[in-house]
Amino acid sequence: MTVPSGNVLRLAGIRKSYNIGKPVEAEILHGIDLTLANGEFTALVGPSGSGKSTLLNIIGLLEAPTAGTVEIAGHPVSYRDDDNLTRLRAASLGFVFQFHHLLPAFSALENVLMPQLVNGQGSTAETRAHALALLASVGLAGAENKKPSELSGGMQQRVAIARALTMKPALVLADEPTGNLDTKTAADIFVMLRKFNQDFATSFLIVTHDVHLAATCDRQVTLADGQIVADRRRA
Amino acid sequence: MRFELLLALRFLREGRTQSALIVGGVMVGVAVVVFISALVIGLQANTITRTLGAQAHIVSKPIEPVARVQVIESAGTSNIATLQVAPRKVRSIDNWQKIIAAYEDVPGVVAVSPMASGAAIALRGEGRNAVTVFGIDLPRYDRIVDLSNKLVTGKLRLEAGEVLVGTELARDLGAIVGDRITISTGSAGANDGDRFQIVGTLDLGNRDLSRRVVYLPLHVAQSLLGLPGGVTSIDLRVRDVFDAENVARDVSRVTPLKVESWMSSNSQLLSALNAQSASTATIRLFVSIVVMLGIASVLVVAVVQKTREIGILRAMGASRGQMMRVFLLQGLLVGLVGSMLGALLSMLMAFLFSTLVRGDDGNALFPIDVTWPLLLVACITASICGVFAAIAPARRAARLDPALAMRA
Repeated sequence: MTVPSGNVLRLAGIRKSYNIGKPVEAEILHGIDLTLANGEFTALVGPSGSGKSTLLNIIGLLEAPTAGTVEIAGHPVSYRDDDNLTRLRAASLGFVFQFHHLLPAFSALENVLMPQLVNGQGSTAETRAHALALLASVGLAGAENKKPSELSGGMQQRVAIARALTMKPALVLADEPTGNLDTKTAADIFVMLRKFNQDFATSFLIVTHDVHLAATCDRQVTLADGQIVADRRRA
Repeated sequence: MRFELLLALRFLREGRTQSALIVGGVMVGVAVVVFISALVIGLQANTITRTLGAQAHIVSKPIEPVARVQVIESAGTSNIATLQVAPRKVRSIDNWQKIIAAYEDVPGVVAVSPMASGAAIALRGEGRNAVTVFGIDLPRYDRIVDLSNKLVTGKLRLEAGEVLVGTELARDLGAIVGDRITISTGSAGANDGDRFQIVGTLDLGNRDLSRRVVYLPLHVAQSLLGLPGGVTSIDLRVRDVFDAENVARDVSRVTPLKVESWMSSNSQLLSALNAQSASTATIRLFVSIVVMLGIASVLVVAVVQKTREIGILRAMGASRGQMMRVFLLQGLLVGLVGSMLGALLSMLMAFLFSTLVRGDDGNALFPIDVTWPLLLVACITASICGVFAAIAPARRAARLDPALAMRA
């Protein structure tokens, strides 16, 4: 997907409250302003409960903010139109989750093909070749017919990364992608994400608790108590 | 739709125990519905065949005159008098040839036959039986009442001087095919007291009827009953036996004759058949409801089990409509596969019933036909029920919040 402006993401004044019992409301995010440039590799860090996952859900169009505006790849987002959200999510965003979230009934190849099937592109020779190439690029050539239950945690996360990149999204949102992996596998996964960022100019926003891995990113945004308290770029 | 079908099939395969149980439930439900329907259809067809086997679907007769009350004014006084109907042995239909032609044009009528009938005595030696003589045009009447299938001995033909009689009458008179009997109507008709040769005996499916039936050629009966050229009734056969009352209504508009269908002359039988049909429909309805509830409950559980997958798919860009169609398709597939297996099971049940349940004579009680239209209707209905049963679970799946679903 082409990005009309230089920014893949623009958040302005994002607030998010939850009703925790009438009339009490808990505000999780207190006016977040954030812009990600096209091709930027960004870490979102912060303590537990700081609002990272909520912010990621809002950027991923999975949750609506209470206030504020969101622009993805130059498209203003209306959270009222579910069909529009679905289309925008399919066209512009890729997701990698901490617990990989692969579909257990489908093989590694089918999981990678799934976004294309969802978007009506079907399983053609071309889409299969693309999916196989992605699996090979995450080091899983030959494992395409294996079910998730037959793969290790690291391999499952690689399949999830390949799946996130299938639709060539402008922005990949990764929620603790290495949180469930050992140190070496986590480092390998991070290297892989970085390689995709450089090869395809795909922007990444990665939520992580690992300060060492976060330090390898181009930019590090720190969230605390629902506010951005630091925004550092690597020199 | 390819994605939805793939996902529906894979979800069903993944939960194969649940899927097998619900498909089994649909199979048994459809088999029961089809078998009971075929059983009742067979039973009703058998009852109707036996009841209408020896009678016309519609009978047209002259209107019976009734006694009338008349006020007679005389010398300042009024007297009330009842005008009684003049006694008459048989009443004839005028211009019956034209009426027959008109009846043949009424939609739904497949055969029309004139008849001259009346009471008589059949005599042979010491034997004498009160009978009813039926003067018929054999080729026409054979299309109204299938006499060919009722012939026990002899030949099905009627020429001057020949009669066909009921088996019981032949037995009572000690007569067999080729013997002669005397028919007397006491009407002083031209052939009264003539002797006729029995050319065939008929089993009309009813012992009393077989004891008092004598079929003669129409012109001979006209002469015997003192009705030269006349007929006493016109019999009709209709295409759809259960549409007889409507056809009778149309027939009655053609001529000012009394027209009565078998449905009004056998109203108690019709009530029994209707009660039977209503009972079957009730059973079908409740079985369908049970099957639908079964499918719905299994799919509700499936939605709960697949909540996380639904969330992931929604995050990938699957729309609410797509998720809804995945579960509607599951309902359709369960209904379709279950009903097809149920159709096979119902055929097996019908075969076993026909083979194992026998009458006193060792033959099947009545034929049970599991027809293709019945199977087709059952399969289509079950598939539609499957889709309807899946609506609530499918809506639930479509409404899931993807962010919450992934945390499940």
